[in-house]
Amino acid sequence: MSFINYSSREINCKIVYYGPGLCGKTTNLQYVYAKTNPDAKGKMISLATETERTLFFDFLPLSLGEIRGFKTRFHLYTVPGQVFYDASRKLILKGVDGVVFVADSQIERMEANLESVENLRVNLAEHGYDLDRIPYVVQYNKRDLPNAATVDELRRLLNLRGVPDFEAVAPTGVGVFDTLKAVAKLVLQELKKGR
Amino acid sequence: MHPQMVMYEEEFQQVAGLCDRLTREANARCVFVIDKNGQLISASGDTGQLDTTSLASLTAGNIAATGGLAKLLGEKEFSILFHEGERDNLHISIVGGRVILVVIFDHRSSLGLVRLRVKKASEDLARVFDELARKAEQPGTQPTAFAEITDDDIDNLFSD
Ligand SMILES: Nc1nc2c(ncn2[C@@H]2O[C@H](COP(=O)(O)OP(=O)(O)OP(=O)(O)O)[C@@H](O)[C@H]2O)c(=O)[nH]1
Ligand SMILES: [Mg+2]
Repeated sequence: MSFINYSSREINCKIVYYGPGLCGKTTNLQYVYAKTNPDAKGKMISLATETERTLFFDFLPLSLGEIRGFKTRFHLYTVPGQVFYDASRKLILKGVDGVVFVADSQIERMEANLESVENLRVNLAEHGYDLDRIPYVVQYNKRDLPNAATVDELRRLLNLRGVPDFEAVAPTGVGVFDTLKAVAKLVLQELKKGR
Repeated sequence: MHPQMVMYEEEFQQVAGLCDRLTREANARCVFVIDKNGQLISASGDTGQLDTTSLASLTAGNIAATGGLAKLLGEKEFSILFHEGERDNLHISIVGGRVILVVIFDHRSSLGLVRLRVKKASEDLARVFDELARKAEQPGTQPTAFAEITDDDIDNLFSD
C-alpha cells in the first residue's frame, strides 16, 4: 500500500524481495546499499541470525528522486527464505506494492524455487493480493555458478506470466539495479493507474 | 481492494498538533505516529539524533510480530507494548486499529502519566484517521496528481 503524503509531498512504496533460502536476497540489498549515494539512502537494517541468515527482515530505505514535485521513496525489504520462517514472511508482505522474486539458478535449487513461488502466491493471497496482478519481476541469480540451469528452463518454470526478468550475480552487482528499476517502474505505473 | 494511504495537509497538521501536545503533556522526549507498514507519518519532540526511518520500520516489525503472536493465542491484538530501558522507555500502542503511536520518555515522566495522556491522544488521533479513511473511500476524492504522470516522468527518474 503506497502512502502519498500531500503535505510533505512524498510518495512511499514498499518492495519485497522474496525467494528460497540463500538465493541472494540480502546480497541484492547489500549491493544496492553499497552503490547508492549517502544522501539517497538511509541505514540498512538486518535482523539476522549469528550465521547471517535473515531472521525477520532486511530493510533499506531509498530515495529515487522527484516526480512532479513529489519525492519518491522506496522501502526495500527482504524476507527470510528458510522454510520454517513462514509466519515472518507473511508479515513482511503486508502492504507490499511490488515483489522481486530472486531465484537461485542452481539446478539442485529448482524445487526450492518452485516451492517458494507457490508459498509467495499463498501468502500474497492471504493479504488479498494476486501474484498474477501485482507488480512483479523475476531475477535469476547466481548465474556465475557452473551448475546453473539455463535461463530458458528457469523462465519456463518460474516465469509463466512473462514478467520482466533478469540474470544476476548479486555479489558483483550484475543485474541488481536493472531488477530494482524494473520493479520500481511497475509500481509507479500502477500508481499512475490509480489501481 | 487496497486503497493507498493518503495524507492531506489539513489532517497532517492535526496529527502534528496532537503529537506536539502529547509530547508536552506527557513530558515525553519524543512522539511518533507510524503507519502499520512502517512509514513515518509524524514526529514531534527531541528527534534530532534519532534515525526516524529505521525507528518506524522496526516499530512496525515489532507490532507485526506481536500481532502474529496474539493471533496464535487467539487474541485480537496486543494493543500496548512497553519496553523499559536504563535511560529511555518506549511506549507503543495501536490507534484505531490503523496506526502506531510511539512515545519515548525518560525519568522526567512516568509510565502512569504517559498511559493517561496516550489514552486521550489516541481518541483524538483515531478521529483524524477515521476522517482520512472516510475521505479515501469517497469516489472522486482520490488524488489525481499521479494520474497525470507520464511514462517519460518515470523513465527520467532512472536516467543516470
Ligand atoms: N556465487 C554466487 N554466490 C552468491 C550469489 N548471490 C548470493 N551469493 C551468496 O549466497 C549466500 C547467501 O546469500 P544471502 O544474500 O544471504 O541469501 P538470502 O536469500 O538472503 O538467504 P536467507 O536470508 O536465508 O533467506 C552468500 O554467501 C552470498 O555471498 C551469486 O550470484 N553468486
Ligand atoms: Mg537474507
